[in-house]
Amino acid sequence: MTDARERIALFGGVYANLDALDAVLADIAARGIPRAWCLGDVGGFGPDPEECVARLRDAEVPTVQGNYDHSIGHRLADCACGYTDADDQRFAQWSYDFTDAQVSEASREWLRSLPVERRFTFAGRRVLLCHGSPRRQNEFLWDSACSDAFLDRLCDQAEADILACSHTGLHWHRQLPSGRHVVNSGAIGRPAHDGRPGAWYAELRAARDAFDVAFHHVPYDHLALVRRMQAAELPREFAETVRTGWWTTCFGNMPVRERLRAEDARRAALTAR
Amino acid sequence: MTRQNRSSASDGGFGAGLTNAAESPERPSGESPLRAPPDAAEASPEAEPVLSTGPLARTGRPGASVSLHEPRQPGRCAPSGDVPAQPLLELDALWIQVAGTVCNLTCTHCFVTCGPQEERHAMMSSAEVARRVAEALGMGVREFYLTGGEPFLNPELEAIVEDTLALAPVTVLTNGTLFTERRVRWLAALTRSARHSLELRVSLDATEPNAHDAFRGIGAWARTMAGLRALEAEGLAPIVTFTRAPGVDEATLAAAAAAALRAEGLSGARLKLLPLFALGRELTRLGEPLAPRSLAGLPAGAFDPERLQCGRSRAVTSRGVYVCPLLVDEAAGRMGDSLAEAARPFPLVHDACVTCWATGMSCAND
Repeated sequence: MTDARERIALFGGVYANLDALDAVLADIAARGIPRAWCLGDVGGFGPDPEECVARLRDAEVPTVQGNYDHSIGHRLADCACGYTDADDQRFAQWSYDFTDAQVSEASREWLRSLPVERRFTFAGRRVLLCHGSPRRQNEFLWDSACSDAFLDRLCDQAEADILACSHTGLHWHRQLPSGRHVVNSGAIGRPAHDGRPGAWYAELRAARDAFDVAFHHVPYDHLALVRRMQAAELPREFAETVRTGWWTTCFGNMPVRERLRAEDARRAALTAR
Repeated sequence: MTRQNRSSASDGGFGAGLTNAAESPERPSGESPLRAPPDAAEASPEAEPVLSTGPLARTGRPGASVSLHEPRQPGRCAPSGDVPAQPLLELDALWIQVAGTVCNLTCTHCFVTCGPQEERHAMMSSAEVARRVAEALGMGVREFYLTGGEPFLNPELEAIVEDTLALAPVTVLTNGTLFTERRVRWLAALTRSARHSLELRVSLDATEPNAHDAFRGIGAWARTMAGLRALEAEGLAPIVTFTRAPGVDEATLAAAAAAALRAEGLSGARLKLLPLFALGRELTRLGEPLAPRSLAGLPAGAFDPERLQCGRSRAVTSRGVYVCPLLVDEAAGRMGDSLAEAARPFPLVHDACVTCWATGMSCAND
């Protein structure tokens, strides 16, 4: 592609991880990507929900409301992440209560006011940004659990050529047979269950007749974050995820394909060691 | 936004239903208009579910105080005039009864009355399945569920799974007694190589071997456990479903289920709890005729079209298209020969519709 291409960055799932947020914003700037959007879920998991809201507001990052933002904004009883496993629900509730206790009234109002979707045109293509899916804020769009036919229907209904979402925490991109694209930005606040501490976000690049997606891995001082999580007395399972790059909680909904890919990679890493 | 409805329905609905069902026998008889002859209500698997104040009240939707009237005539279906009609909002899931009603087990509570000699619905050929798959993909379907009967009795199952999985996610629902070594290796290889998820759902009826075998036949528990261990040895993580008997608390059952699997050396299974339905052979097992319950009289504002799975799914058998995988033997459940024909709203006339409504349950994986 030539220099004429347009570039944008999409990231989601901040999860109160200020270290990841700062590292990603710096990486976006360093790469010279002129615009960035956040796909929601500012709180949960990490130690700094209030600071993350402040950073997004200061940096004027247009943000889509995630289910977490909706719940905290409206003072609901839980995050509505949609977990079905009892342990997942217990850990999710722990972080939710922690986040809820940290967030100021002003931040709550900002979270409440966020739009559930954002639309714009990108190199002649209609883009729809949402958190879960265009039809439901907390719908999980896992790569392996969506047929092309289904994603095409979502694009049709949303009147979008590029559909971008987050919520699952795992990043993926698919070009549909119709030529449309679905991009899941993944999450920056939690590693991608791939044994690589750090954050992942998506860069979309387009010219008039070309489009591609690059996922960037951004390391940060994750061990410093682990120490702060320990100091804040967050569950040790959360700190363990930051330290190792493997999820320890809240993946009961993960489909078997993603689950096996991770387990096989983890086993291979252990064998190689 | 539909999100809150959905999440409330599953969170509040399932748990709340259990609590209320457990409490209900202590309520004075006749307090609820739903309660038919008291004896029959006691015997009902959903004995006096949640309908007066349960999940609806918690979601804060209008019409929280729901009263459900006895139907005016006997039978499993209420008169259709007064019941809400569930529109098909979108087609997210298609259930395909690939094994028909043929099963190697004859469980005493089977809601589809399956067994070795049960051929009311025939096995489907791979060509027949492919036609239904194409039809559903044309409607933007997200995923397919292959069921029966016991799907692994279908001699073409492997071709059916491979062909379907190339196009969409697939879940196979099985009793887990027919896993051979070769078959487990095939499942493991396919699960790793396919771009879509191939989920396996293995059903259990109790957390204790003898209680399970009482439903399913002696030795069924041991065979299913051997199957689950073989899957886990290949790194597969099946979803294990447990049937929740009336009055059993959801958290208690979930804990007992996890403990039972651990005791069998299984650590990777995912759990899903399903309510018992007063359908098929289960009606015979209960022994007493039940007065069907009805959603007639549900105040207009109380009906939430997002709550029921039939708002986003249909089922097909060799005999046509049905509203859901539960009602394939009910005249009211058959909606036509084609999915397009079956896209019309479904009047929620059946007793089973009350169970789904009351528990907020979905047959889907999540």
